[in-house]
Amino acid sequence: MAPLVAVKQDFITLMNTLNIAGKAYNSRLLVGTGKYKDFAQTRAAIDASGAEIITVAIRRTNIGQNTGEPSLLDFLPPEKFTYLPNTAGCYSADDAIRTLRLARELLDGHKLVKLEVLGDPTTLYPNMIETLKAAEVLVKDGFDVMVYCSDDPIIAKQLEEIGCCAIMPLASLIGSGMGILNPWNLQIIIDNAKVPVLVDAGVGTASDAAIAMELGCDGVLMNTAIATARNPILMASAMKKAIEAGRDAYLAGRMPKKLYSASPSSPTNGLIA
Amino acid sequence: MSTFIIVMQLIINGNLRNFDHPIPTVYALVTLLSLEGRRLAIEKNGAIVPRSLFTETPLNSGDKLEIVGAVGGG
Repeated sequence: MAPLVAVKQDFITLMNTLNIAGKAYNSRLLVGTGKYKDFAQTRAAIDASGAEIITVAIRRTNIGQNTGEPSLLDFLPPEKFTYLPNTAGCYSADDAIRTLRLARELLDGHKLVKLEVLGDPTTLYPNMIETLKAAEVLVKDGFDVMVYCSDDPIIAKQLEEIGCCAIMPLASLIGSGMGILNPWNLQIIIDNAKVPVLVDAGVGTASDAAIAMELGCDGVLMNTAIATARNPILMASAMKKAIEAGRDAYLAGRMPKKLYSASPSSPTNGLIA
Repeated sequence: MSTFIIVMQLIINGNLRNFDHPIPTVYALVTLLSLEGRRLAIEKNGAIVPRSLFTETPLNSGDKLEIVGAVGGG
């Protein structure tokens, strides 16, 4: 018989893995690989974050330039990290679908992808009509679709019904660092979802990530908050702790809020006066 | 003085490129561009060319090619 301590540890591990499309991950922090000073800093920050899933963009290869130069893949071997190719920069369902089919070929049949279809270059707000169209095609085509979306609970549910494997509403606009602006919508999305819900976009600092996790989010995806911090590696470490702290607080169950309690933490008897 | 006789034209990643010799296959182009061994995906005239078919996929003048790779992104 397994010692009780081991059983307890297994339970905690089970409770704490993030399960996406049939695979368990120990880290609930997903990170992007953009905006870093260089590949070495990218790798160092990702190591400090503990992230196992990392997003990458698909772009035209520079022809005839720097052919011998190292690539992102040299610093972040696909055998060590789970790549999450994204469709950042796509403004139509067709472009997003095309991009992810190329990504699948690029990554040897890799199925896990992040779908995002933008609607406006100034705000980078998602176009949910195009996102829904693309999600439908991609799911039918066999992709495991993690979908970036607005924080509309109805759209989120529709994306789940289409078959997306994770719903990823924004906390605030991409790259804004404005934090969790509508916790109540996120709460409704989380309460209604049977697939993982991850906050994607808008996190600015560690407390934002902790709040997302305390709400019951299954994970957080971020890039700018780490990459553009004065010290990205230290911020990556802060985010790792915030995700873990927020998750533990969610599992622990917070005390109810009340204006005052008249119930001090120290005994009321045995006072010397 | 040498004369450059255009034998083949390809649109690669949105740029028209002229070649003075034929490039028979996708594989030949990949080699010419010193991209062999790199992780990339190629679309020819809007259709993906699987890596396993590079050597047997012919190129014709006027073909549009997209050659993409993974880069840092959020």
